[in-house]
Amino acid sequence: MNALLAQIAAVVVMNIRSLPQRKWMSLATLLAVAIVVAVLLAFLAMGEGFRATVGNSGSDNLAIAMRAGSQAELNSVLMRDQVNLLETAPGIRKDASGPLTSAELYVIVDGIKRSTDSEVNLPLRGISPRGIELREGVQLTDGRMFSPGTNEIIVGSGVLREFSGFDLGQKVKLGNATWNVVGVFDTGGSVFESELWADARSVQSQFNRGSSYQLMRIALSTPGDLSAIEEFIAADPRLNLDVWTEKQFYGEQAKATSDLIFYLGWPLAIAMALGALAGALNTMYTSVAQRAVEIATLRAIGFGNVSAFFGTLVEALVLAFLGGILGTIAAFMLFDGISASTLGGNFSQIVFSFEMSASAFQDGIVLALVIGFIGGFFPAWRAARLPVIVAFRSMG
Amino acid sequence: MNDQVLFELKGISKSFVKGKQEISIFKNLNMSINKGDFLAIMGPSGSGKTTLLNMLGGVDQPTKGDLLFGGDNISRYSESKLAQWRADHVGFIFQFYNLMPMLTAARNVELPLLLKNLNRSQRKKSIETALKLVGLEERAKHIPAELSGGQQQRVAIARAIVSDPDILLCDEPTGDLDRKTAVEILEILQLLNSEFNKTLVMVTHDPEAAKYASQTLHLDKGEFVEQELAV
Ligand SMILES: Nc1ncnc2c1ncn2[C@@H]1O[C@H](COP(=O)(O)OP(=O)(O)O)[C@@H](O)[C@H]1O
Ligand SMILES: [Mg+2]
Repeated sequence: MNALLAQIAAVVVMNIRSLPQRKWMSLATLLAVAIVVAVLLAFLAMGEGFRATVGNSGSDNLAIAMRAGSQAELNSVLMRDQVNLLETAPGIRKDASGPLTSAELYVIVDGIKRSTDSEVNLPLRGISPRGIELREGVQLTDGRMFSPGTNEIIVGSGVLREFSGFDLGQKVKLGNATWNVVGVFDTGGSVFESELWADARSVQSQFNRGSSYQLMRIALSTPGDLSAIEEFIAADPRLNLDVWTEKQFYGEQAKATSDLIFYLGWPLAIAMALGALAGALNTMYTSVAQRAVEIATLRAIGFGNVSAFFGTLVEALVLAFLGGILGTIAAFMLFDGISASTLGGNFSQIVFSFEMSASAFQDGIVLALVIGFIGGFFPAWRAARLPVIVAFRSMG
Repeated sequence: MNDQVLFELKGISKSFVKGKQEISIFKNLNMSINKGDFLAIMGPSGSGKTTLLNMLGGVDQPTKGDLLFGGDNISRYSESKLAQWRADHVGFIFQFYNLMPMLTAARNVELPLLLKNLNRSQRKKSIETALKLVGLEERAKHIPAELSGGQQQRVAIARAIVSDPDILLCDEPTGDLDRKTAVEILEILQLLNSEFNKTLVMVTHDPEAAKYASQTLHLDKGEFVEQELAV
């Protein structure tokens, strides 16, 4: 057993030392693996970042009500009388100025993206003057709140970062009206960071929405407890509504999109991996051909074909592993923490950060090793089957 | 001691299939090699010298017949048993030395020892002894590219003898060397035979080289032929 390990180790060392003879080919294989791993990691980091951003947005203290079956905000309609009725439900937190709710609607406007100078959809949300209180972690960082009934907007810090024309004090044309930017809010990285907010009534009138809303945000008197509101809704046929805690709602929205990213990323990475695999096979077959006399000589000396097999396989695994490490480092330097925006579940811009996770690294290295294993296995098989008399025919 | 039979070839035939044709190289070849022999095999190019040597070394199999080594029929051995048998009994010396270009002389010589259960210091001692015997102890740390052809062949001889095999099989060991260097190599081979009682089989087409052997066989058209030494 020791002798077998010594044989294999000796052959592996010889193969690794002979790598410079095939340096361009080996380097190309290594780079191909690195690119595959980097692409995979970028997708995984995107999915992870999206999940972290959107998934973290929810709270148990808040609830969201929409028309039954509407799933996404844009499909939902709530009329003013439904809103007024729902505000009287039990289970809603109340204070001196009444129940803490915000009936909201949502329209799409155009924004100019800084990085590409192109027009991209941005959500303009009409909220109640208490809308900020119905979002945890949101605070005005600059300027002031909009005044009810005016064409004033406040903008998320993500919008400020990614889009031009929304600086404090600027006037922007949204729809047919001109709006004044009077404040900037920060959300600590939630979905709202990429929104514009104005008074719901102003949005309704400027965008011809009459008295319709899309959802109502509700502060719960008992965190996580929807039962009182659900009973109230069930008892009144005019209230054909679904209600979730905010956490449930965003969790589901995030899952759909991050799943989509995973399902796009893996097939792409695997398709590229097949290309890298072809390169690895080619390199390793060349390696075996170049080392044919060496392999046969060792066999003539008495080395087993097991050592020829593992020598080749380990060479491929080492190349792929180095490629995997390189790809990981590249992905980390290029993507970790960078900010991006993408189409969210309801077709608006969502700003989030790529996040590299330990499990993504692991996936990347495993993918690299799989390429190395398959790319090395068949050439290794050939090496093991090489006839020994090749040693005697050398150059002759 | 010297007339003890080491190898016995009984009714060996060997043929290759080339395209649709079957080419016969040997038909019913019989011979024996005694312990301590230094046998030269001569013959024209393509007469099957290398093929015969390969069969003696267990790297090529006869189409028909038996190859007895110390009474054991090695032509019946499995691939892995043959590899083990080679490691235990055979040392090969090739025309083009077949050293591992990435390894130093000492590391090349070490290779057969990796097949034995020896510790590092035991291996080191054997390597030193073998390199000393071929007069290359000072070149232990050099890689093949830094050595002359004659020196490389001496490293190859050290590699072939380091694990103390019973038989050395040499295929045109001086075929790639000038006369003076060839003589040095042949003298080492002769020394291994006379002083260390190694059995040697050497394929060569050079009559001068064959003179160092104690016995010469001529191979022609698949048979051993008696032949007067050319004058
Ligand atoms: N693997 C093989 N397949 C087909 N023919 C072979 C093979 N090996 C050797 N031969 C043929 O067998 C004959 C003897 O070859 P070889 O033993 O190398 O001769 P020598 O060493 O005496 O020059 C040659 O004609 C050669 O072409
Ligand atoms: Mg030959």
